[in-house]
Amino acid sequence: MTMEATRYEDGSISYPGHPRGPGGTEPVETIDLSEYTAEVVTWTTSTATPPGVREPNTLAIVEFDVDGESVRAIGQVTTDDVETGDDVEPVYVEELREPGAGIREPDSQDWNGYQFEPV
Amino acid sequence: MPRTQQASERVAIVGASMTQFGQREGWIMDLLAEAGLECLEDAGVDAENVEHLYVSNMASGEFEGMTGVPNALAHDLDAMPAYTQRVDQTSSSGGAGIYAAWQSIASGASDMTLLVGGEKMSHRSTPETTDIIASVTHPVEYKTGVTLPSFAGLTARHYLERFDAPRESLGKVAVKNHKNGVDNPNAQFQKEVDLETVLESPIVADPLRLYDFCPITDGSAALLFCPESVAEEYTDEYVVVAGVDGATDTHVVHEREDPTIMGGVVESGKGAYKMSGYGPDDIDVAELHDMFTILEFLQMEGLGFADQGEAWKLVEEGYTKRDTGELPVNTSGGLKSKGHPLGASGIAQGVEIYEQLMGEAGPRQVDADIGLACNVGGFGNCVITTIMETAQ
Repeated sequence: MTMEATRYEDGSISYPGHPRGPGGTEPVETIDLSEYTAEVVTWTTSTATPPGVREPNTLAIVEFDVDGESVRAIGQVTTDDVETGDDVEPVYVEELREPGAGIREPDSQDWNGYQFEPV
Repeated sequence: MPRTQQASERVAIVGASMTQFGQREGWIMDLLAEAGLECLEDAGVDAENVEHLYVSNMASGEFEGMTGVPNALAHDLDAMPAYTQRVDQTSSSGGAGIYAAWQSIASGASDMTLLVGGEKMSHRSTPETTDIIASVTHPVEYKTGVTLPSFAGLTARHYLERFDAPRESLGKVAVKNHKNGVDNPNAQFQKEVDLETVLESPIVADPLRLYDFCPITDGSAALLFCPESVAEEYTDEYVVVAGVDGATDTHVVHEREDPTIMGGVVESGKGAYKMSGYGPDDIDVAELHDMFTILEFLQMEGLGFADQGEAWKLVEEGYTKRDTGELPVNTSGGLKSKGHPLGASGIAQGVEIYEQLMGEAGPRQVDADIGLACNVGGFGNCVITTIMETAQ
């Protein structure tokens, strides 16, 4: 399992990847963000969560710096003790929410992934 | 059959209605029929004259296992053989319906288009409803358990920290809109709340609390569109769509370069201003999509009513108050107190602007000749902005 981001012809990176990047550029390579640390841009603790989701659910939007190119991602935080500007690292989790408990078809997507842990 | 018309002919709105919003006993078909019939009656137009019938609805299949609602409504209204179409653009389905109805008239495809929007939600639990709405998200977002309220919490924290805005300013949006809703007999909540109550209500998505969010709502609303020449056959007083446009932003919310700029608001606003020939300073009254209090700030800034990071100051100064403000915002009570039956909300915004321009808003009436409605889908993923004016 990797935290796969995509780099496009123009050098920009997105997580997740898309068939076309900014300006219609094509993907040229994938980058595993789990090998990088990131900085918390903003965070929230949600107390009203959907079926199959932990409660409370602390989430953060974080920004990675990949060789001078920034890319953002959203993810669960391992703790409720987080602040804007904190450095975090991705930590692998087998199941981020319970597949099939919500409306989305379980086989239509992955349910494992990475949480962010302050470092 | 539509008759030949001048492409330049303006699109008129000759009827408007909305049902009581709140927890309703009726199901989607009951709600749509109620608003549809009332709208036709308001305009004095027979159902047999309806050529196109559009239904704005996000998720009747997911909420109650009912699909094919446009055709079912045509039958219930006895509007056959009207052409029917469902318009789904999540929370902006209503605004998208306005755009579709405008297109049908402006193109000459229809001479009378009835737009009805509705949603039946309250029979589902809050977690289930939250999940249905969150199904708009990308798989990498969905698996984190993110909800639309969570996006609001993430964005609100960023806005408050970056622009040094006080938490109280968001609370004042809720206080204002609840106060306006007291005078709207169709609003789900017709009750004032004070700032202390808002700021001490339970946390839903930190730093946002219960009163920063709209409720879960059943309801329906409708508007009736025709060419101006046809409108004049029915009435001397009507409203004209001066400008309308829709736009999208990224599906994945965190991919936006600036979390406080909603590109769909900016772009749809630009298009609606350009079509109408008006600008932000010309708008007398606005209905903004306050599904969350922070969205009222982001739309005020995206539509040019305030500079970036400054909308909170205007709210603090009372600029958007109904009775004393320079630009009354959400005179209806907004989604915050009126409620947010997904497919109906954008149309109900239009109903409020229509009533304000027609002088039919009763105790909510403000002095207005030009009004704007901004309807936001997803978390700014797709947006429709409509500008209406009184017929000259």
